Amino acid sequence: MEKQEYEIGQSTRPRRGGAPRPGMPVEKAKDMSGTSRKLVSYGKNFVPFVIAALICAVVSTVLTLIGPDKLSDMTEEITKGIMTGIDMDAVKKIGITLICFYAVSYITSAVQGLLMASVTQGLSKRMRTDISRKINRLPMWFYNQTTTGDILSRVTNDVDTISQSLNQSIGNLVSAVVLFVGSLFMMIKTNGIMTVTAVVSTIFGFVLMFAIMGRSQKYFIRQQQNLGAINGHIEEIYAGHTVVKAYNGEAQEEKKFDELNSALRESAFKAQCLSGMMMPIMGFIGNFGYAAVCVVGGALALNDKIGFGVIVAFMMYVRYFTQPLNQIAQAAQALQSAAAAGERVFEFLEAEEMEDESGKTKKLNSTKGEVTFSHVKFGYENTDKIIIHDFSAKAEKGQKIAIVGPTGAGKTTMVNLLMRFHELNGGEIRIDGIPTKDMTREEVHSQFCMVLQDTWLFEGTIRENLIYSSENNSDEKMKEACKAVGLDHFIRTLPKGYDTMLSDQLNLSQGQKQQLTIARAMIADKPMLILDEATSSVDTRTELQIQRAMDKLMENRTSFVIAHRLSTIKDADLILVMKDGDIIESGDHEELLEKNGFYAQLYNSQFESA
Amino acid sequence: MIKLFRFLRKKELALIALSVCFVVLQVWLDLTLPDFMADITMLVQTPGSTMSEILTAGLKMVGCAFGSLAASMVTALCASKIASEFSANLRSAIFRKVQSFSMEEIGKFSTASLITRSTNDINQVQMVIVMGLQVMVKAPIMAVWAILKISGKQWQWMASTGAAVAILLLVVGTCVALAYPKFKKLQVLTDDLNRVTRENLTGIRVVRAYNAEEYQEKKFDGANQALTNTHLFTMRIMAFMMPSIQLIMSGISLAVYWLGAVLINKASMMDKAVLFSDMMVFSQYAIQVVMSFMMLVIIFVILPRASVAAQRISEVLRTELSVNDGEKTEGIAEKQGEVEFRGVSFRYPDGDDYVLRDITFTAKKGETVAFIGSTGCGKSTAVNLIPRFYDATEGEILVSGVNVKEYTQEALREMIGYVSQKATLFSGTIASNVSYGGKNDADLEANVKNAMHIAQGDDIVNKTDDGINAFVSQGGSNFSGGQKQRMSIARAIYKDPDILIFDDSFSALDYRTDRELRAELNRKCAGSTRIIVAQRIGTIKDADRIIVLDDGKIAGMGTHTELMRDCEVYRQIAYSQLSEKELA
Repeated sequence: MEKQEYEIGQSTRPRRGGAPRPGMPVEKAKDMSGTSRKLVSYGKNFVPFVIAALICAVVSTVLTLIGPDKLSDMTEEITKGIMTGIDMDAVKKIGITLICFYAVSYITSAVQGLLMASVTQGLSKRMRTDISRKINRLPMWFYNQTTTGDILSRVTNDVDTISQSLNQSIGNLVSAVVLFVGSLFMMIKTNGIMTVTAVVSTIFGFVLMFAIMGRSQKYFIRQQQNLGAINGHIEEIYAGHTVVKAYNGEAQEEKKFDELNSALRESAFKAQCLSGMMMPIMGFIGNFGYAAVCVVGGALALNDKIGFGVIVAFMMYVRYFTQPLNQIAQAAQALQSAAAAGERVFEFLEAEEMEDESGKTKKLNSTKGEVTFSHVKFGYENTDKIIIHDFSAKAEKGQKIAIVGPTGAGKTTMVNLLMRFHELNGGEIRIDGIPTKDMTREEVHSQFCMVLQDTWLFEGTIRENLIYSSENNSDEKMKEACKAVGLDHFIRTLPKGYDTMLSDQLNLSQGQKQQLTIARAMIADKPMLILDEATSSVDTRTELQIQRAMDKLMENRTSFVIAHRLSTIKDADLILVMKDGDIIESGDHEELLEKNGFYAQLYNSQFESA
Repeated sequence: MIKLFRFLRKKELALIALSVCFVVLQVWLDLTLPDFMADITMLVQTPGSTMSEILTAGLKMVGCAFGSLAASMVTALCASKIASEFSANLRSAIFRKVQSFSMEEIGKFSTASLITRSTNDINQVQMVIVMGLQVMVKAPIMAVWAILKISGKQWQWMASTGAAVAILLLVVGTCVALAYPKFKKLQVLTDDLNRVTRENLTGIRVVRAYNAEEYQEKKFDGANQALTNTHLFTMRIMAFMMPSIQLIMSGISLAVYWLGAVLINKASMMDKAVLFSDMMVFSQYAIQVVMSFMMLVIIFVILPRASVAAQRISEVLRTELSVNDGEKTEGIAEKQGEVEFRGVSFRYPDGDDYVLRDITFTAKKGETVAFIGSTGCGKSTAVNLIPRFYDATEGEILVSGVNVKEYTQEALREMIGYVSQKATLFSGTIASNVSYGGKNDADLEANVKNAMHIAQGDDIVNKTDDGINAFVSQGGSNFSGGQKQRMSIARAIYKDPDILIFDDSFSALDYRTDRELRAELNRKCAGSTRIIVAQRIGTIKDADRIIVLDDGKIAGMGTHTELMRDCEVYRQIAYSQLSEKELA
């Protein structure tokens, strides 16, 4: 267990997902109707299923509504015969009808749920797939402007929000509206005065509720802000734990923590308190409506204006009437957050893609490895700043070309241009005389092996990591490569050899990881090689070992090497010294030292003593 | 969960008692409501009742509704008060505890996990308390009381209510039992999907260089399919659960009325009216009973999740500290600034192998001692033992002639200026970072500027018009790696300590800055003992003593010239960086 480095922001997975809870402020889409249209046209394959689900919802809601009416008929039958003997056949008939109603209602609402589950899951699966495809079709510069976390949150959180919200809201919204309109209709049909009673008492309750809920938003936002502030503080202090301790900063940090904590306590109390009122008020609306219906109903029944069944029916209608109002409000909120999430997903899916290259047919057969840069000019897309001004150089077959220079000089940019990760603003790069822009990107990529500073390995077996996408490679070739980089012995000592899973548990040293990526490049066996700071993150002794592997890899290949440790590139055939996007010096090591210019200065500064 | 309750103070306990009272009151009012309904039914059925009698009963009902509202509002008020106080106390306790941790305890939990425990887990517990006091307390009281209310009525009705509850428990229980493990799995599958996507994004250059887009997409599709299937499974189960509950509710009403018809028909003349009003009321109570059992089920679903969070919190709070304070606050005057290792060995508490073995050396006041060796040889660990980030497993370390364990941690660290490998800055200003942990300083500005000057940070100070009051964002993310490192070096210099420790702090600097900084340190901080961990030979060539570590053991000790002559490991390191001619 070596020291675990913690990066700020590592643990704060964005958590916007899920359907909103009552009272919480909801994120709103900038263009609600536009996004909704896009969402509908995106999911048009699913429309028939949605319609079927909606029909089910209507059927089951209507049946739920007729229920109380039938139950009230039964009550009428009982009161009618209370003194003279009840007509049990009539009761039985009503009872069986009701059982049928309930059964059909059960089936339809279950079917509705199943359909919506399939629809929303189908939709979100397709969205995730499309995002994943999109990632590989976007131009490289897109990734300079977005963070990994942002895209991740679109793949998981936003898509989840959409599916959850749609799953809950579409069905609920329809049945709530039907329930609301239907119960109003049934009430009016049953008795006018009672209807007025129920509606007025419900409105009274809701006015009370909205008065309180309106105020709570403010406190929720404040609670969210305070929570963010204190979480930020905790994260910062925990990540800087050693420094806090080394400088006796505990007291100071505790004081700051206490201030933030008491601010949070205040706002949390207010926000929780107001949202805690929600349930009681809903309960009250139910109770109050119930009481009102009983009193008015009782009075009317006393004067023989209505039968008892009406009261029974209304006791249910009042609940059916208050319920949907709340549901409609919630569904509206859910749809809003779905739209906001949808907006982000579509924004990503609609981002401009790389140019289509199916028309390009030029191919390189048995590449010699002669690379020419002529007057290359480049500035990152969407910016005016030119980074590479006028870069010309020639690499002969099999040569080792080194690019050195201070940070920000444009070394990595040159490599990215060579790989056609970006498009040039002017000039051209030719491989064996053919301009790279006349080939497909795949064709360019298949000319180079690449080893980068950050050793990119994934969770999978060592074999999978080594062979990677070049699947038709044999085991012998893999083992040979590993022997060449000096890893074969180590791998064979592992419990499962080449089938050992790479994970956090298996502690590979930085050097071993780099050796793996070099072996991977060897197995891919492409005509040319790019090494971008490949040994910067290993210590010099390990570097010496890796160097041997790399020398092996460079044999007979035109190689481009970027390094900030100058000792590694002394034997290059050509050293290009870059500064501010231009080559300021070039030549081999000895020549450059004789010139006594920038390179010599850079080189000598390693040895001057203090 | 229970263990955390000791963080409730008297005030909160009183509030809990109060809210329980109000819950009882509310349940009573809710359950009395249907009684008045029964009264009204009786009145209507009895010839000769007057309108005012009905109104009186009705007013009582409205009174109950308002009373219940008031009671539940008070409960909500108490619950939020308790929850916010409790979580604030808990948060404060866990923060202070983590502050007192040494690196050993931090390593045991990992920083990321500690952050989750101090933030998300506490929020979880807070939410459960708010919900709990309203629902968890109410549901059982409601269930028991409602049962009591209906008990003694017709057994047929009670049996059907019992059957309804049994079916409900069976249905909901089965659904939860089926879906719950899948819910847990969902998190894992989501993480999988995230991992594959993150992999593709972080390795985008490699993916494209290897033309491996299809390979990644295939992997993504696998993860996507697994996630979708699990989602579908849980959603389908839920699609059955809700209608089932609805069916049970409707069913119980129907059963009560149907059975009522049969019972009334059989009853004697006298009992018919009473039975009728009983029936009306019973249907209401029956629904209350079923509802409260529903709530109980929900609690059993939420509770395990919260108790996991609570357990994770109390794990942190119960951790015993491995590094404890001594009593001394001062060292021996004539040995001030001296650092001595006597046969020091170290291994991590759960590690098998020693990271350091039998390290002995002395650094006198004003001397520079350097550690060099390949990654993982233990050089950082060695210097981390001096400020007691860990304690040595064997042997002892003396600072100013006194064993480090005998000092209070505060006094020990007061003597040391420590610069970590990874530059750490806090949000604030350059000045607040450089003067971090310092006491009131009358000459703050001049001292900060001076420290920044020595650390070769003049350009950072002059970058903006705000000078040393320039804003530093969280983690110092608005500065480059080299700038951050120079600021953290300035922080150590500002302190003007007896001992300066640089844990590989120079690697992020370019050669020239490295050299100038060391020259400036020699001039301005000549009185401080300097312990330096480095990778570059150039950085340490002129140290008074260089200690070469190999696999946790001292492979050589001496000056550069001596080591070049005598130490094979040192020579290897040197030749890997410089050619023979250059070393001469």
